[in-house]
Amino acid sequence: MSEEAEQVEQAVETAKRSRSTGELMALAEALIFVADEPIMARTIADVLEEDKASVEAALEALCEEYDTRESGLQVRAVAGGWQIATRTELHEDVRRFLKTRPSAKLSIAALETLAVIAYKQPVTVPEILEIRGVQSASAIKTLLEKRLIVTKGHKETVGRPMQYGTSKEFLIHFGLKDLNDLPSVEDFEDLVQ
Amino acid sequence: MQEEQEQYTFDFLTETAEIVTESRDEISVRIGDFAGPLDLLLYLIRQEQANIFDIPIARITDEYLSYIRLMKTLDIAVAADFLVMAAQLIEVKSKMLLPRDPFAEPDEEVEDPRKELVDRLLEYEKYKSAAQMLYEKATIEQAVFPRGKIESDDNNAEISATVFDLITIFQKIVERQKEKITMEIERDEVSLADMIKRLKQRIFEHAELSLASFFEEFETRRELVTAFIAVLEVVRTESVKLIQKQTFDDIILKKV
Repeated sequence: MSEEAEQVEQAVETAKRSRSTGELMALAEALIFVADEPIMARTIADVLEEDKASVEAALEALCEEYDTRESGLQVRAVAGGWQIATRTELHEDVRRFLKTRPSAKLSIAALETLAVIAYKQPVTVPEILEIRGVQSASAIKTLLEKRLIVTKGHKETVGRPMQYGTSKEFLIHFGLKDLNDLPSVEDFEDLVQ
Repeated sequence: MQEEQEQYTFDFLTETAEIVTESRDEISVRIGDFAGPLDLLLYLIRQEQANIFDIPIARITDEYLSYIRLMKTLDIAVAADFLVMAAQLIEVKSKMLLPRDPFAEPDEEVEDPRKELVDRLLEYEKYKSAAQMLYEKATIEQAVFPRGKIESDDNNAEISATVFDLITIFQKIVERQKEKITMEIERDEVSLADMIKRLKQRIFEHAELSLASFFEEFETRRELVTAFIAVLEVVRTESVKLIQKQTFDDIILKKV
């Protein structure tokens, strides 16, 4: 290998290793922008050959930067990944431009069923019936069609009923980082009493 | 006493006989805003401003039953769930009316017959609140827009086919059939009605049908013309979509 080539290679190596937080922020921002779906910090780290911790630090800094300059966009953690999206407050004008209306809301029955599934997963149809006191078959069908829930195998009990759990689409639809982002079900007890 | 009488002779058969099964959609099945019997029960308790740990079971049962009588158009499955709850309420009420076992030890703890119901109500109400929380989160989330998808054939596969596309594909088939050497055999002509029936059957069997393969089943010009008219007719009258993924590609008939 010629001396020149070796130097170039070394330069590339050192450049990779010594990326500043600013550079990492720029790279992460670019990747989030082009990604179709929320992109994981892990994926960004792999692509850039950086360690996950420094990528995460850069992501946090990026979030803050957007907030500080009151950007129309926000960098946010959703469904286990990162996403660039418009700010909530701007929705009226954004919607006017896109000419869209808020999409159809889920029925109360579907929302209740989804709540039970989200907190009790994996859960079977009889278990949902026990809590809701009402058949939930059509609600489950709707939720499956909207891909908010997925089947999670059979429960090893009499009749081997199908078990259901929430999907990644569920996290995206409700803007949740992960399932731990849901308020604890015990918190609702205080509300009840 | 007359009133008491009435609620014990609550006739499940007459109640269910009135049920109209017009809609299977769970939304329209909700009576008023009630997502189920527990929801209705909670509402009645709140309305009475009763303590959930000390439910005035007789009064609530009365109201619950009169509410059920008000329901005229219900879905059977939901009605059944509401009736199960009615039966449970009556059971709890009758247990409460029973005097204490005279032979029981005086200091023996007797479980409140309402306990199981209260536990279920409390458990249900947690998930009702959770559903409310999800509703709010979804509403907020709908105000956030990610970057729009980049238009490409990949995510825009369903370019609806025009009449001209249909004619083009039809002409191709006719050309192909011309080249074939066929032996004319006397046979019954297919009527348009039969052709439509056949086409519908094919579509509904497999949910979708390639237009080219359907046309290729026919030999004579007359049959092909009938088939073509049948396709137009089915698209016009039935919930069938024409899909063409790429220009000049095969056209797919798809059930909506």
